[in-house]
Amino acid sequence: MTDKPILDVEKLNIRFNTPTGINHVVRDVSFTLGREKLAIVGESGSGKSQTARAILGLTPGMVSAQKLEFNGRSLLGLSNAEWREIRGRRITMVMQDPKYSLNPVMRIGDQLMEAAARTNARSALKSRAMEMLEAVKIRDPERVFRAWPHELSGGMGQRVMIAMMLVTEPELLIADEPTSALDVTVRLQVLAILDDLVKTRNMGLVFISHDLNLVSTFCDRVLVMYAGQIMEELDAKHLQDAKHPYTRGLLACTPSLDHPVEVLPTLQRDPSWMAPVSR
Amino acid sequence: MSNTVSTGWVIALTPPQWRGWLLTNTPHSRWQARAGRAYLGWAAFARSPLSMLGLAILVALVGMAIFAPLITVYSPVVSGDTVADRFLPPGGDHWLGTDAHAWDIWSRIVYGSRTSLLIIFMVAIIAAPVGVAIGTTAGYLGGWVDTALMRLTDAFLALPKLVLALAFAAALGAGMENLILAIAITSWPPYARIARAETLTVRNTDYIAAAQMSGASSFRILLGHIMPMCMPSLIVRVTLDMAGIILTAAGLGFLGLGVPLPQPEWGSMVADGRNDILNQWWVCTYPGIAIFIVSLGFNLVGDGLRDVLDPREQ
Amino acid sequence: MIPGWLRSLGKVLVSIAITMFGLLLVTFVISRMLPADPVLAIVSDHASEEVIAAARVKLGLNHPLPVQFLIYIWQVMQGDLGISLRTNNPILTDLAHVFPATLELATWGIVIGVLLGVPLGVLGAVRKDSWIDNVIRFIGLVGYSMPIFWLGIMGLLIFYAKLDWLPGPGRLDFGYEDMVTPITGIMTIDTLLNNDTEMFWNAVSHLILPAALLGYYSLAYISRMTRSLMLSQLRQEYVLTARVKGVPERRIIWKHAMGNIMVPLLTVIALSYGNLLEGSVLTETVFTWRGIGLYITDSIFGQDLPAVMGGTIVVGFVYILINTLTDVLYRFLDPRAR
Repeated sequence: MTDKPILDVEKLNIRFNTPTGINHVVRDVSFTLGREKLAIVGESGSGKSQTARAILGLTPGMVSAQKLEFNGRSLLGLSNAEWREIRGRRITMVMQDPKYSLNPVMRIGDQLMEAAARTNARSALKSRAMEMLEAVKIRDPERVFRAWPHELSGGMGQRVMIAMMLVTEPELLIADEPTSALDVTVRLQVLAILDDLVKTRNMGLVFISHDLNLVSTFCDRVLVMYAGQIMEELDAKHLQDAKHPYTRGLLACTPSLDHPVEVLPTLQRDPSWMAPVSR
Repeated sequence: MSNTVSTGWVIALTPPQWRGWLLTNTPHSRWQARAGRAYLGWAAFARSPLSMLGLAILVALVGMAIFAPLITVYSPVVSGDTVADRFLPPGGDHWLGTDAHAWDIWSRIVYGSRTSLLIIFMVAIIAAPVGVAIGTTAGYLGGWVDTALMRLTDAFLALPKLVLALAFAAALGAGMENLILAIAITSWPPYARIARAETLTVRNTDYIAAAQMSGASSFRILLGHIMPMCMPSLIVRVTLDMAGIILTAAGLGFLGLGVPLPQPEWGSMVADGRNDILNQWWVCTYPGIAIFIVSLGFNLVGDGLRDVLDPREQ
Repeated sequence: MIPGWLRSLGKVLVSIAITMFGLLLVTFVISRMLPADPVLAIVSDHASEEVIAAARVKLGLNHPLPVQFLIYIWQVMQGDLGISLRTNNPILTDLAHVFPATLELATWGIVIGVLLGVPLGVLGAVRKDSWIDNVIRFIGLVGYSMPIFWLGIMGLLIFYAKLDWLPGPGRLDFGYEDMVTPITGIMTIDTLLNNDTEMFWNAVSHLILPAALLGYYSLAYISRMTRSLMLSQLRQEYVLTARVKGVPERRIIWKHAMGNIMVPLLTVIALSYGNLLEGSVLTETVFTWRGIGLYITDSIFGQDLPAVMGGTIVVGFVYILINTLTDVLYRFLDPRAR
């Protein structure tokens, strides 16, 4: 890649002030993202979601970093007005459950047009919205346009979310567990749509998940996080060659049809993983 | 119980040996576990200055009622010289002045606290158990019993409380018992609702099933297992309601439906002083302030309790 | 097949009917069963034998209780609430005469309460835990711990007696009320219809203090509920979505979040309106405002139990109507409930 990376993160730290002291949820996280699909994998509490939110300036915690750049522009210390320029237009995020992430008292069409209004003239709003609905393979876009969120199934709702977040042609999309709330069969459909759209638009994608196997087939690179730190960074193709014991532990935990075992292994946590990782 | 965070002045001031015993993760007896939870709840409650203010008010109220003879000089119902001592302004011997009947206002306010406490206490004692009994029975037995009882509750809930209490008191006549009854009759529905909601959450749990299988009668289960579960929400609601009950009782007293003169009751004192308000403002003003402060106290304590026992916001 | 809307209408009417049944049951018990001799509740102290006997027949005391109850319901449905012992008019006529005054006052109160209470609640939620929030919460707390009748008296004392900024009790200056021909019963409108602008301003000036009082009272409750509702909305995921979309915060609050609290807020407002109507027994007494509240309290002092019960039934009916209508509105406005 000769052009600037979409995301350049160096020693990102996020801290929360709690009554019992300071909670250091993200520690010295560093990575770069180009026009590729990067997965951040970890268990609950590993800090992956907070990292994602920090990229959008939406974490309630205190953010500090040596570098946090989007297309060469620093995201540290931006004003609200500057953030509003970026959010929704150049960086967007798809969240986990459309049941909660869509506004229940606004029609789908209105929510789509609201997103589209950032980059389109008023006269073009409806057509853009319909275009996106078709792009996410919704079969009856006119009906969905007029529908209320509770009338949609999980898969449809998530596709609407994707449409809403891509209508302004952003350069970076963050997907925070986008398929975790969906049935397994619907999951693959949604992933396929996401894959297609990201490729055709030549965007960067940060895919957050707890499912190592899922991201191994879908993403290009994988970052494994534990207790706020990155344990390992590797190509998705070479996941099986992971060296870090945590990653190996995760891989071993998932049951496989091809190699059945008597007893499912459980992860043995090593306290040394909590120690600061020197890079 | 939320807020298991170990901070605050209560925790800081507890001697370390007690603290260890109370905060242990492995209590040796049910008593120890309960004491620990109560301790944490108290610590959480005490962290809010407003809640403590409310508590101080309530403690002062009870103190006033108990130690009334010690903090007043004059009798609240026996007047001095009716001609010379009428309408004395505040200050001097009579701290808050006297009224039209030459009664000392400070005394009447202090003794009036007994009346108020009695009314609140009796209303709570009548309305809460009735409400809980109806609510738990409806929730536990379900079916047509549930529907019938809840229809009854909803019907009562839909009726205007103040006006109905007024009508009751008007028909029954003035007097403390009638006042208490009138307010209690319109106060029980919210408790029935709460009790039923809690019962429904608990009804299908395993431990209730275990109790049923071990042969406990429905009555015993209701009393021993289900009703205790309703306690936290109920306590919060009752405390908050008491603020309103004070206001209702004072309102009815204001309209002449409370305890008859000469017995001191803050609402009727306001009514009494209303006619002479222009020149003798103190007769009317002080009892009203008393009503306000007590109602405020209950609201503050109720809010504090809710934050500790039933937090849905934080 | 019965169309959907008709079926819903039917359900609403049935609901009102059931609750009214409950209300009438309660008032029946109060008026017939509680006084030692029900007859004495509706005749004055020194009535003659014939009058008492006639009253006995009219009350249907010779019938068994359930029958009496049915007769009672039948009478009420026809609008026969009895004759007032004080005014000797049919009670319903008396009530119809005074009801607009109560409506006028309560409506002004709720308008003030909503126009001030909702924005204050939103402000408190958005600036949670700041000094503004604490001030707003404190004002609200004081508001609903306050005995409203006492505050009214204090208001009159300060603004009327001591400062002379505002007029005293009554809907118009003393003695003028009979000079205005009642058309709607709402004084401000009637004075205009009578082409009497001086009286109009007089009526307006008399409205200020009691309406402010009721406004403050309902503002306390409304602002607290608005704040709590708004806080719970601001925690929702869709708000995060809107922020991700770069929607300006003002729009998030007033379009996204507000849309979601509109329905429960309406319930709160209706409840508050009902409370204001109820509380009229106290405020109207303080301000000598000739509405239903004052009518009821005058009846209590005048030992006119039938009038008290009649007033209770009417206030109860309006209260029930308001609550039922909010239920209907709830279902109508929430897209999820359709």
